[in-house]
Amino acid sequence: MSLQIPHRSKANGSQAATKAVILVGGPSRGTRFRPLSLDLPKPLFEVAGHPIVWHCLTAIAKVPHIQEVCMIGYYDESVFRDFIKDASKEFPQIKIVYLREYQALGTAGGLYHFRDAILKGRPERFFVLNADVCCSFPLNDMLKLFEDRDAEAVILGTRVTEDAASNFGCIVSDAHTRRVLHYVEKPESHISNLINCGVYLFSTECIFPSIRSAIKRRTDRPRLVSYPSSENLESSFFQDDDEEKSNQVLRLEQDILSDLADSKQFFVHETKDFWRQIKTAGSAVPANALYLQKAWQLGSKELAKPSANILPPVFIHPTAQVDPTAKLGPNVSIGPRVVVGAGARIKESIVLEDAEIKHDSCVLYSIIGWNSRVGAWARVEGTPTPVNSHTTSIIKNGVKVQSITILGKECGVGDEVRVQNCICLPFKELKRDVSNEVIM
Amino acid sequence: MKALILVGGFGTRLRPLTLTLPKPLVEFGNKRMILHQIEALAEAGVTDIVLAVNYRPEVMEKYLAEYEERFNVKITFSIESEPLGTAGPLKLAEEILGKDENPFFVLNSDVICDYPFADLAAFHKAHGDEGTIVVTKVEEPSKYGVVVHKPNHASRIDRFVEKPVEFVGNRINAGIYILNPSVLKRIDLRPTSIEQETFPAICADGQLHSFDLEGFWMDVGQPKDFLSGTCLYLSHLSKNNPKLLTPPNTPYVHGGNVMIDPSAKIGRNCKIGPNVTIGPDVIVGDGVRLQRCVLLSGSKVKDHAWVKSTIVGWNSTVGKWARLENVSVLGDDVTIGDEIYINGGSILPHKSIKANVEVPSIIM
Repeated sequence: MSLQIPHRSKANGSQAATKAVILVGGPSRGTRFRPLSLDLPKPLFEVAGHPIVWHCLTAIAKVPHIQEVCMIGYYDESVFRDFIKDASKEFPQIKIVYLREYQALGTAGGLYHFRDAILKGRPERFFVLNADVCCSFPLNDMLKLFEDRDAEAVILGTRVTEDAASNFGCIVSDAHTRRVLHYVEKPESHISNLINCGVYLFSTECIFPSIRSAIKRRTDRPRLVSYPSSENLESSFFQDDDEEKSNQVLRLEQDILSDLADSKQFFVHETKDFWRQIKTAGSAVPANALYLQKAWQLGSKELAKPSANILPPVFIHPTAQVDPTAKLGPNVSIGPRVVVGAGARIKESIVLEDAEIKHDSCVLYSIIGWNSRVGAWARVEGTPTPVNSHTTSIIKNGVKVQSITILGKECGVGDEVRVQNCICLPFKELKRDVSNEVIM
Repeated sequence: MKALILVGGFGTRLRPLTLTLPKPLVEFGNKRMILHQIEALAEAGVTDIVLAVNYRPEVMEKYLAEYEERFNVKITFSIESEPLGTAGPLKLAEEILGKDENPFFVLNSDVICDYPFADLAAFHKAHGDEGTIVVTKVEEPSKYGVVVHKPNHASRIDRFVEKPVEFVGNRINAGIYILNPSVLKRIDLRPTSIEQETFPAICADGQLHSFDLEGFWMDVGQPKDFLSGTCLYLSHLSKNNPKLLTPPNTPYVHGGNVMIDPSAKIGRNCKIGPNVTIGPDVIVGDGVRLQRCVLLSGSKVKDHAWVKSTIVGWNSTVGKWARLENVSVLGDDVTIGDEIYINGGSILPHKSIKANVEVPSIIM
């Protein structure tokens, strides 16, 4: 038994006021989610029948005594208006506000900028969730660790393969106490295979002073920018250089967490449950699968009833028309007003609003965009990636291609045409067989 | 009259089908290859048929016994202990071919066409010289050996030009001949080529003529040509013998040229054609799309599958929502799993395929 000396009064205990922040990003982010983000902000993209950010909100709603959720991002206010209206009805106990950044401040910068709004109502602690994370969000387990250890910060961690680890923030922790000893973002060498899930719980007393001192440090001496290496080329390629140079930008991962590891009561809760990033558009397919499986395990009433032609889990929107001879599943979401013809086959795929899948066609490992049409006997096909893979690209004939086939909005695939491992930008008609291409 | 059919070896070019049956027994247009030839020879009055083979296919004997009876012909195997090329087998069969003074037919077993044996014999007798070669017009003569006639003569052959660079003519050797028994004296019993050695010698004596073939012609010795030949054969039937085809106004027939054995079962909402043959006892499920393909006897194509430019071997199964294309060939008793894609796969007998074949390859 280790003796814990409380740093603060625990008078409020589990009754203590708790808030949550969801970091939703902005339109200049999420370019890797194209072509789907060309028509809809990524957080509102539906997986397993609900917007990505809804899955975050549902997890937050399960935490007792949550009073308020702040969504922070730099999308226009109008973007989330309808979503917040609907969610406020579904989760009446929670007040949901959208806080708009007018310039990208980085994850920590954004929190600091809106500190007054977050601190309003005097919460003792608040969760921070990245909206591009797909996981079971075990927030109550994090809260328990937070209280048990009288923590100042708790991070959600998960184990990945050694080769994948260097693409993420890596955590070194004390195996017994769960205390974070060391944190480094996207290391070039192997440090640990326990990685940052992008979900945190901070005490308000700890995090704002930590950000403030990071800002001060930044003004005193500019941060060293690490050079891209072949291992992290993909991520470094997408980094915005102007943003990088700006002193305003402050990220939780790069600028705050390693300092917390040094000095603070900083602990890690390791989840054994699923976890994926939703970065590329293709990653919506595994995210869809994982959320559907979770809903299935929880006995969700929203899912379609299993039968000879429904291999669970399958979500079919009540307004969709699916011919009884069509075979769907596993891991399929069918959006509003979608029409699925006789003898069609859909597996491991997302079919978005108003799309039509004609008779005898076959859709595997794909996303069919809004209003798109798949012809009779057509075959739209991606390639399955290993279950524990954190990438949605595969190497074919020495060339990196997307494993998931994606049709953007209002695309058409002709009768009997085959489309494999392609990304098709909106409003394209595919009349000939195509594979391993991006179609502009 | 007499005829010799050059069967030759194991038909390796038509593998994986010929791993199961010798090439002459493979069904072309729902009829064994050899039967097309025996039928046409018998109709032209041939009574003695020699099969020149260099292995002894016991499985063939049962079929040939049946054909002997059915067409009232005598069929003899002439077995080469070593491969004798295309001319040697004639010498080996000299006893039969040279038993009387009447000319004899020679044909390659890979060639399918509307065999013109009666007209050929009449033409041959009319010119009175030693040999006549059936020739067919081709679009790209540069890939073949081209026949060049004597100046101012419509049929007497002057010479052969192998793979001509410049245009010298568009008639090529179709692999069907009629020869006088005197030709046998020109051939030694050794591995020798009728095209390279015997014909140039007859030609030099001005004794060789050509006979133009009307209609289609195809060497169907390999899968790609087997499929093309099937298209030509079905088109020929639709003009000359449409009752052998499924009526084009049948609801599931699309584009005509579809031949379905009466014992085959076709599901609902299928779209079949053009250029499809479906053999005996084949089962085609619901919502199946077939075009330019051959389904051999006892095979099964399950619901919603899509099959194009493919030979589905005997007793093979194509899974639901599978897609086969680009000259795929399934050997005997192959199983293609549900939702599998096969692009130009050559699949050996008794294999079960559970992963996509995305680039043309041989699955051992």
